[in-house]
Amino acid sequence: MPKDSLFQYVLGMGDDALILGQRLSQWAYKGPFLEEDIALSNISLDMFGRANLLLEYAATLKGNGATADELAFKRNEREFKNYILCEQPNGNFADTMVRQFFLDAFYKLFLQNLTKSKDDQLSAIAQKSIKETTYHLRHSSKWIIRLGDGTAESHAKVQSAINNLWMFTNELFEMNDIDNEMVKQKMGVDCSILKIEWDQIIDDAFSEATLNRPEDANMPSGGRQGIHTEHLGHLLTDMQYLQRSYPDATW
Amino acid sequence: MVKKLSTDSIWEMLKTIPDPEIPAISIVELGIVRNVEFDNDQLNIIITPTYSGCPAFTFMKEEISRHLELREITNYQIKTSLAPPWTTDWMSDEVKVKLKEAGIAPPSNEVICPRCDAPTVAVISEFGSTACKALYKCNECSEIFHHFKQI
Repeated sequence: MPKDSLFQYVLGMGDDALILGQRLSQWAYKGPFLEEDIALSNISLDMFGRANLLLEYAATLKGNGATADELAFKRNEREFKNYILCEQPNGNFADTMVRQFFLDAFYKLFLQNLTKSKDDQLSAIAQKSIKETTYHLRHSSKWIIRLGDGTAESHAKVQSAINNLWMFTNELFEMNDIDNEMVKQKMGVDCSILKIEWDQIIDDAFSEATLNRPEDANMPSGGRQGIHTEHLGHLLTDMQYLQRSYPDATW
Repeated sequence: MVKKLSTDSIWEMLKTIPDPEIPAISIVELGIVRNVEFDNDQLNIIITPTYSGCPAFTFMKEEISRHLELREITNYQIKTSLAPPWTTDWMSDEVKVKLKEAGIAPPSNEVICPRCDAPTVAVISEFGSTACKALYKCNECSEIFHHFKQI
């Protein structure tokens, strides 16, 4: 198998964790209350930890002295391979929780399958990450139920967040050439079969939360090919500022 | 110099290094040290992170290095292993007692107040001041305490 396929595969997962971690870190000291501020920062930290594991592995696969830091701070927008859902702005607290819930539910299923990967390093990272994601999902699903089944205002806000973010969920289950190659090598996960279980997790929470599931309409994708929404560029200018202004600066 | 050392003496040394966030227990008691071995003259210490983003992990590595170098051990490597993933099941009952004495409810599915042993507790936050802890309140004695999350 071409090493580049594995590299691209690991990079996509690493970028998901990095970009979502960066988004969550933007909540630090702005959370709705202290405990939730700490929760969002903790989840962000888990994501950065995961991004570090994956990007270090990706750097090893790339070779030629590549490093995780270079991958994080010296690539441009089109070179990032994260799902576009990860880069969507924080919005209000309901927007952030819906984004998190959709991704936690997806990643729980994805990582469960990835623990069986024939690639030892991917399997090890999945075994580590699944425990954290299971905990994150518990947190985000509880919030979906609490907000949906809460006040008229919280219900309206979480329903509006669902309606706005729903379009980005289809991409999670798409399979490209690299994904297919990885499944063929028994290293990767067939995302297309995860949709049924994901729907179940979503439907169960929505039903308890008295929320409605939107119809599929225009469902954009392209993150894994480096085609993003306008929001990623703004995020990168912030995240990469130091390395761009002072290249190779060290502490 | 290195040849005279036994793995036992290294384990003893590691047991003197406290967890930077929970100094009541050592890094060995926390379960992050997975193996100590000699490869010819080189000492290898295998450690595993609690949570993948735990900021204390780097500090723990530095502390291990510092303790080794204080003993003039220079031919060593600290390696990170991810699988099997760290679990609180690796904590002994004695360690759980130490946590309780430090005011932290030890990992368990049934959280009880470390101060008055009441089982009537409420979650304040699923996340605490460190990645490994959640915040609880005792409905009996009103104590606010950390629970070492069971994973």
